[in-house]
Amino acid sequence: MIELAMFETNVVAMLAPLILSIATLVMMLQIAFWRHAITSWLICCSTLTACIAALYWSSAVAPQQVSSILVSDHYSLFFSLLILFASLITALLTKDYLEQRSGENEEFYLLLMLSALGALVLVSATHLASFLLGLELLGVALYALIAYPERGRLPLEAAIKYLVLSGAASAILLFGFALIYAALGSLSFVGIGLQLSQDLAADRQLLVLIGTAMVFTGIGFKLSLVPFHMWTPDVYQGAPAPVTGFLSTVSKGAIFAALMRLFIDAQLYRFPSLLLALSIVAAASMVIGNLLALKQNSLKRLLAYSSIAHIGYLVITIVVYGSLQKAQLSVEAASFYLTAYMLTSLAAFAVLTVLSTQTNRGYEQTDSDSIDSVRGLFWSKPLLALVLTIALLSLAGIPLTIGFVGKFYILTVAIEGALWLLIAALVIGSGIGIYYYLRVVFAMTEQIKQTSSAPSAQQGMSLVAKLVICLLIFMMLALGVLPQPLIEQIGNLY
Amino acid sequence: MLMINLILVLLIGGAISWWSERFGSNTPRLIALVIVIADLLYLLLASAGLTSEPFAIGAGSGAASASTWLLSYQLDWIPRFGISLHLAMDGLSLILVALTLVLGAIAIISSWNESNQRQGFFQANILWTLAGVIGVFLAMDLFLFFLFWEVMLVPMYLLIAIWGHEGKAYASMKFFIFTQLSGLLMLVAILVLAKLHHSATGVFSFNYFDLLNLNIDSSTAYWLMLGFFIAFVVKLPSFPFHTWLPDAHTQAPTAGSVILAGILLKTGAYGLIRFTVPLFPNAALEFAPIAMILGVIGIIYGAVLAFSQSDFKRLVAYSSVSHMGFVLLGVFAWNVLALQGAVIQMVAHGFSTAALFMIAGALQQRLHTRDMNKMGGLWHHMPRMGAFALFFALASLGLPGLGNFVAEFLVLVGLFAVSPWFTAVAALGLITAAIYSLIMMQKAFYGKPPSELEVADFNNLDMTAMGVMIIALIGLGLYPQPVFDLVQPVIDSLLAHTLGAGSQ
Repeated sequence: MIELAMFETNVVAMLAPLILSIATLVMMLQIAFWRHAITSWLICCSTLTACIAALYWSSAVAPQQVSSILVSDHYSLFFSLLILFASLITALLTKDYLEQRSGENEEFYLLLMLSALGALVLVSATHLASFLLGLELLGVALYALIAYPERGRLPLEAAIKYLVLSGAASAILLFGFALIYAALGSLSFVGIGLQLSQDLAADRQLLVLIGTAMVFTGIGFKLSLVPFHMWTPDVYQGAPAPVTGFLSTVSKGAIFAALMRLFIDAQLYRFPSLLLALSIVAAASMVIGNLLALKQNSLKRLLAYSSIAHIGYLVITIVVYGSLQKAQLSVEAASFYLTAYMLTSLAAFAVLTVLSTQTNRGYEQTDSDSIDSVRGLFWSKPLLALVLTIALLSLAGIPLTIGFVGKFYILTVAIEGALWLLIAALVIGSGIGIYYYLRVVFAMTEQIKQTSSAPSAQQGMSLVAKLVICLLIFMMLALGVLPQPLIEQIGNLY
Repeated sequence: MLMINLILVLLIGGAISWWSERFGSNTPRLIALVIVIADLLYLLLASAGLTSEPFAIGAGSGAASASTWLLSYQLDWIPRFGISLHLAMDGLSLILVALTLVLGAIAIISSWNESNQRQGFFQANILWTLAGVIGVFLAMDLFLFFLFWEVMLVPMYLLIAIWGHEGKAYASMKFFIFTQLSGLLMLVAILVLAKLHHSATGVFSFNYFDLLNLNIDSSTAYWLMLGFFIAFVVKLPSFPFHTWLPDAHTQAPTAGSVILAGILLKTGAYGLIRFTVPLFPNAALEFAPIAMILGVIGIIYGAVLAFSQSDFKRLVAYSSVSHMGFVLLGVFAWNVLALQGAVIQMVAHGFSTAALFMIAGALQQRLHTRDMNKMGGLWHHMPRMGAFALFFALASLGLPGLGNFVAEFLVLVGLFAVSPWFTAVAALGLITAAIYSLIMMQKAFYGKPPSELEVADFNNLDMTAMGVMIIALIGLGLYPQPVFDLVQPVIDSLLAHTLGAGSQ
């Protein structure tokens, strides 16, 4: 009896990933027997909604360790919520987009769900095995998603680039895991942490240090931190707009959340040299990411470089944890910032998706992501211009948007940790950032002469897209003006 | 609630006038004007009875315990960090809020004859800027203050970026980056203050009155003071940080220039008086000579540059740099006379410069140029405008009997007690002001009139706006006592606070 009760609790704790796994199987069968894009889309959206609802029941039994490799605690549930929400938004916006770009769209939703499943596993991982499992599930599905509009040149290039580099990064990561295991004989986060908290022989310590450095290199690739950022702009530009949004929010968010747990539980902060390296990486990402964004004329490339800088800001929270070991404050700041970053990026890519849907026809078209495609947007499509403006101001950290509260959090923890050089890098980076964000806003305010050719290729926004965009505007502003409810939710995640 | 309402009326009014765009371009103007005047009347009527019964906010020594406050409103906002929606008004804020609303109405009037495109959104941005500025003058929670400080930039940026002149892209970007970047420095300083409060008492607080009584060691205080100082003197602007101002003022539409010069610059001065010196009295004292050097350089340098401009708006813009140098001097002289002078200068400069920008805008709209070399003899064609220009040029050069003279005289008298040498150099500013103001009149309005020019003179609405500003300047010049009476208790309490802190 007790075992059965235990089993039930475990099922409830892992309800969302389980629903998602079953739904992918169902959809595979559906596609095998009856190709119908709308049905697949409906299955995908309803599954993701059901998963979000399932989190509510899971939270009742949290925290719950499910087997030795997964855990369902408030931390994982919060990030699961973010991931599922972002996936749902992506799915909702993709339908219209894909109808103009690809012949057979059913598998897209399958891949999207698989990717989301990988992300869920990743944020629940407490063991290097599940960490790798989640990472690869997320990554492999993403390769296919990036190349989904199979007749375009750019998506294929992006997918291959991402495949090769991401594969190499995974290999380095795996080698790092092996070194750590060789030195400590443990693969679970807490196990590693326990070993590290005892006195280790110098040679084993060195082995762990090298292993950890390799792990961070691998993760640095996936998070596109400087100096592992080279792939980012090309992949962002080549991937279809909704997938770029997914990559930038779900993939990076999940990996960062997993990294944070690994860093805290495995007590990796015990290596001062590692902290120093992380600080340098963070500062370089902030400054170089923002600098390289300055001259971009493609919005996707611009957002790619901006995301490099934003992940750089986030790394500050890890460094602060390393120097203070106050998990609560660091996790709170990281959670808030990730929420802000994910919502804002989603909004920005939602605009690009809708714009590409509206203006381009044909399978081989590239997305309309040049700065010229938003020129005069304020006067031609005020709603899209409004959401993009708010998103850009939020990325720039202007008050009344969620991005400002996020920046406020990062600065607060950085000051708590007295990391003055990182604060200086953040201030300089943000200063540079304003220029390229405002450049886009300025382009949108420009009055352009109406040309007769442009409007003919346009169509209106679907009702779903309008609703999604209004929801994102509301969330960015509401959480920027009244952040207290969210703060209370994330106050005791860890 | 009065203070919240003041801001809400403007925010909602902005939305209404945006919406009313569909009824033609005069409707939003009219709605915006009515809203601002109603807001002003509401303020004046509601605050009439307040001045008699000031009270104290908070406990402790100095400014916090002095009974100088007329209104206070507090509501929990983000309790996690001890942030509250705390607004309070004393004599100083009252004067500045009233100035904001008066100049706001004048800015709306000045936009009556130009820029017909998207008039609703234009007026909305003006009203939102005013709301942000009023928030800055009333916020007593540093987080809230910073929020208003940054938020007022966005509509101002849009005003310049959308309705500006030929170089608007560069000017609007420069304006935003200068103020935002310096604002970030202030944010860091504010957060450090909150953290110091946290380590001293165990709770976060962004409340002005909590932070006033914080004990900060002197080197930290110096750095924090610099964070605030830079943010405020960029806005003021003072000498090395002034370069955004000529561009922004020149490229902004007339209403934007009026608001920028008349009101936005005053937020910098207000910040110096309210925050920089009281929060870090000893550090400010230590820093005062450098600040005063910057002020003196600003006065002379601004005047020299103003003299060499051929662009009407640029000349007025540089004259602002020169005039605001007096404010910086007055604040860092930090005695009763100098501070009174600084406050009067804020008000008087607001009116005189707003009027000059309005004239510049009217000229540009009629002649399609701001280049004074292409003007000349305009008095002949537009006698009303010429007469007004002469009046405000004289006000700007510090003619006795007008507000600017009282202000600059008081600053110099106050400064003399602190540093005779700075006073001597700063007094040169009165002479240089005469030179550039008269050159401006000479080039634009005197000389041989071009014969075939068909231009309209000021209409009745413009005359009304100008009349209001003339009355205000003469009033300030002949009978400034009401302003002194309002500001005196504030200055006394601030001085008492800093003296108390200095003797610790």
